[in-house]
Amino acid sequence: MSSTRWTVHAALPHPAGASSAARASGLAGRLRAAVGAAKVLTDPAQLRTYECDGLATVRVRPSVVVLAERREDVVAAVRLCAEAGVPFVARGSGTGLSGGAVPVADGVLIVLSRLRAVRSVDPDNARVVVEPGVINLWVTREAAPYGQAYAPDPSSQQVCSIGGNVAENAGGAHCLKYGFTVNHVMGAEVVLPDGEVVHLGGTAPEHPGFDLLGAFVGSEGTLGIATEVTVRTVQAPESVQTMLVGFHSVADAAGTVSDIIAEGILPAAVEMMDALAIEAAEAAVRCGYPRGAVAVLVIELDGPRVEVDEQFRQVERIATARHAFETRIARDAEERALMWKGRKSAFAAVGRISPAYYVQDGVIPRTKLPEVLDEVRRLADAAGIRVANVFHAGDGNLHPLILFDDKVEGAAHAAEQLGFAILDLCVASGGSITGEHGVGVEKKSKMTTQFSADDLDTMHRLRCAFDPAGLANPGKQFPTPRLCGERPGVRTAAEDEGRDAALGEVF
Amino acid sequence: MSGANSAAGEPFSGEPGPGGSSSGGGSSGGGSSGEPSSDLAGSGEPSSREPSSGEPSSGEPGSWDPGSAAPASTQPGSTQPGSARPASTQPGSVGELADLLRSTSGTLVPVGAGTKTGWAAPATSCDLLLRTSALDRITEYAPGDLVVVAEAGVPLAALQRQLAAHGQMLALDPPEEGATLGGVVAANASGPRRLRYGTVRDLLIGVTVVLADGTVARSGGKVVKNVAGYDLGKLHTGAHGGLGVIASTTWRLHPLPPAAATVTARLDGSARAGRLAALVARSTLTPTALELCWRRGASATTGELVALFESIPASVHDQATRCAELLAGEAGGLAVEVGDAPPAWFGARPTGPLVLRLAFAPAALPHVLDALPPGASGTASAAVGVAYAAVPAATDLAALRAAVAPYDGSAVVLAADPALRPALDHWGPPGDAFTLMTRVKDRFDPARRLSPGRLLGGL
Repeated sequence: MSSTRWTVHAALPHPAGASSAARASGLAGRLRAAVGAAKVLTDPAQLRTYECDGLATVRVRPSVVVLAERREDVVAAVRLCAEAGVPFVARGSGTGLSGGAVPVADGVLIVLSRLRAVRSVDPDNARVVVEPGVINLWVTREAAPYGQAYAPDPSSQQVCSIGGNVAENAGGAHCLKYGFTVNHVMGAEVVLPDGEVVHLGGTAPEHPGFDLLGAFVGSEGTLGIATEVTVRTVQAPESVQTMLVGFHSVADAAGTVSDIIAEGILPAAVEMMDALAIEAAEAAVRCGYPRGAVAVLVIELDGPRVEVDEQFRQVERIATARHAFETRIARDAEERALMWKGRKSAFAAVGRISPAYYVQDGVIPRTKLPEVLDEVRRLADAAGIRVANVFHAGDGNLHPLILFDDKVEGAAHAAEQLGFAILDLCVASGGSITGEHGVGVEKKSKMTTQFSADDLDTMHRLRCAFDPAGLANPGKQFPTPRLCGERPGVRTAAEDEGRDAALGEVF
Repeated sequence: MSGANSAAGEPFSGEPGPGGSSSGGGSSGGGSSGEPSSDLAGSGEPSSREPSSGEPSSGEPGSWDPGSAAPASTQPGSTQPGSARPASTQPGSVGELADLLRSTSGTLVPVGAGTKTGWAAPATSCDLLLRTSALDRITEYAPGDLVVVAEAGVPLAALQRQLAAHGQMLALDPPEEGATLGGVVAANASGPRRLRYGTVRDLLIGVTVVLADGTVARSGGKVVKNVAGYDLGKLHTGAHGGLGVIASTTWRLHPLPPAAATVTARLDGSARAGRLAALVARSTLTPTALELCWRRGASATTGELVALFESIPASVHDQATRCAELLAGEAGGLAVEVGDAPPAWFGARPTGPLVLRLAFAPAALPHVLDALPPGASGTASAAVGVAYAAVPAATDLAALRAAVAPYDGSAVVLAADPALRPALDHWGPPGDAFTLMTRVKDRFDPARRLSPGRLLGGL
């Protein structure tokens, strides 16, 4: 997918924190002694492989990469970083779209994708325990023989890792009914930024004490590194029904979503694509979506057969009343897979109709879908930029795909500005700047749109409790990194010793 | 009696504590000024308003146990007359609450309706009892978005009535009558329907909290899907006000199911309870609750298991029929009955001199029941791994905790006779994250002003 996304900025300058960089290089020897030379990379050619994640526009080459193979490697690497005062960034499959796993130039990148053991599959307790590098879809494969599944299913589920899902609280199409990653993570073994190992949550619910696990999920690697994750599995439903519905207007499609919810029906998923997204998907995977559709919905219901059958008929009636011109019902798993294929491949497919594109991720209250989509169209027209919309309509989680030509001077910047304008619109509508991709480096400057300085200071208190030295994934998620010694409420413009300088230049 | 004095800034006939006396000017402490403004329909309901709208009186929920400077048991008659109680105050807005915290320096214990002041360890100090009852507005309700924003003092029952008028609900069913939203969050209270809908941590999507220094901090938002910033609502869930005073809450809602059916199976032992629960849990049936009522006799644990189905009529009828057939094969000849409403015990907490909440790996249910002493009784959310138990006063808590430890188990005290409290370890051994929890407390409440001592390890 990344090859079709927009092109790379000029290589970012090495940050000002040269002393820290020197410390990081000096650390390599100690890291080799601790975890084995084969797992420590310092050759610039090898380091290049790791200079970005799914946000390919931001590239920063780390000083050292540690290819951890077991928990002890992570502990040793973090401990050595803590001793040396060197920042570290954890990374799984690197599929994140907000730059949450972009290295820091004078730091260590700890790669977790070799930590791929499934520690236990326990259908009686509906728990699976995995290492962080385990791929999302593997968890469901492990649980499937017992009639169970792991519900969180980001579109990248065939490649993304559980550790990354936990870090980003990554969602997916089925969040509407089943909830997010945080609702399914029961426990985690976490290496804190000082190298200490703690256990948050576990197999049982309601562990005494603060729910630090709940705060850890979605903290984008800024509170520590999970080396083991205990997830909850759910019983696979008795019946699943999927339909693809074509509309001549976006407003009718959006109205259908609202009506379904208003009737008290909670679908497993409601996904929407507009004309441009449909065009792209057809070009890429020939999914056979309704011809001439200005918008399509993929609606999936699951549960007991009796319930699904009755509510499915109700959904059909609602769509018809909203002028759906074509309704297709998947007769079997194969047809269902084809309906989803168009949706799930839409991001990559956009590469077929545009030299480059940029994915945004904002959320709005679902009742505001028609007006917000209208406004997105107006903003796009005013900027002279095409926008394809493909998104989780049931959650109001928009994914505008902003198309541009990376060979045109300034086009990338204009696309980015349009993306930010759409995020402003989301917040002004009562929504959020991210529903599942995270803030990362990409959107940290927008955090002040959604949160006050006091809100962010308060989040910073938690950060300082976990990471007083500010070494875990610095420069991500929050707009102005501060030192933990600063008094809350007293904000200085000082960046922490240039550590963030490289990333700071992006915005 | 209602609202006689707390609103006037002289909340209490005794000595105001340091917190109250240091509150600068009339605008901060006790700031609700006699106008607990409410646009909440049904807010005049006595059961939800009365306990929190005036000075605590002997025996009412939220009354104060002077001996330990601790909230008394919720059982009537536990407060000794004539003893000194802390001042109480009742801010009427988030701004007033923030002013109060900014302008005072003593210890504070936040309470809602006071229905769970017996939960957690007693506070080691309380200069000011901070009642959130006057923060009682439903500030935003968008039925089409299935989201509601309501202040901390709104009673859950009052909110449910508003939502029900639109065919919706907040899918939380803790039984404590009169409980407020803030209290439900702070105590992390839940009921049987957690099997389907989860608990506070799954339904709370945004929170506004006033920190110990008066900072007003918001996290989360008003949309269900939102991953911007840290989700601090989780941190305050179950923190008993020790990290901040919850001022407002934003919730994900669900449609009210139109029909219900139950399947009840009688039990002749904990092992059968485990087998029956597992049968349902591992099936494709979708009960909203799988609740056990149990009593440990001298030789065996007996009781009944209720599967509750809530959905459209055709579905609950079909599922209940199938569930009854499924259970009959494993019920050992004991009765399995289909009904249309849960029994009276459903969702109630057990009562007694010592009441515990046990949590454990779900499949360990029979082992946990067997670990309880003879004479214990209570309920359990069978497929979830939570049980509520009234146990004899002489129960060896350390031994019980050791017995459930292999199942990742914990046992915390929810209620206890005041006489028992001083000798009780309310929370049990803190895990390896305790140092980290202490550091979190240090950052949020460095002077240890809020609910001191109520949490794990004396935090």
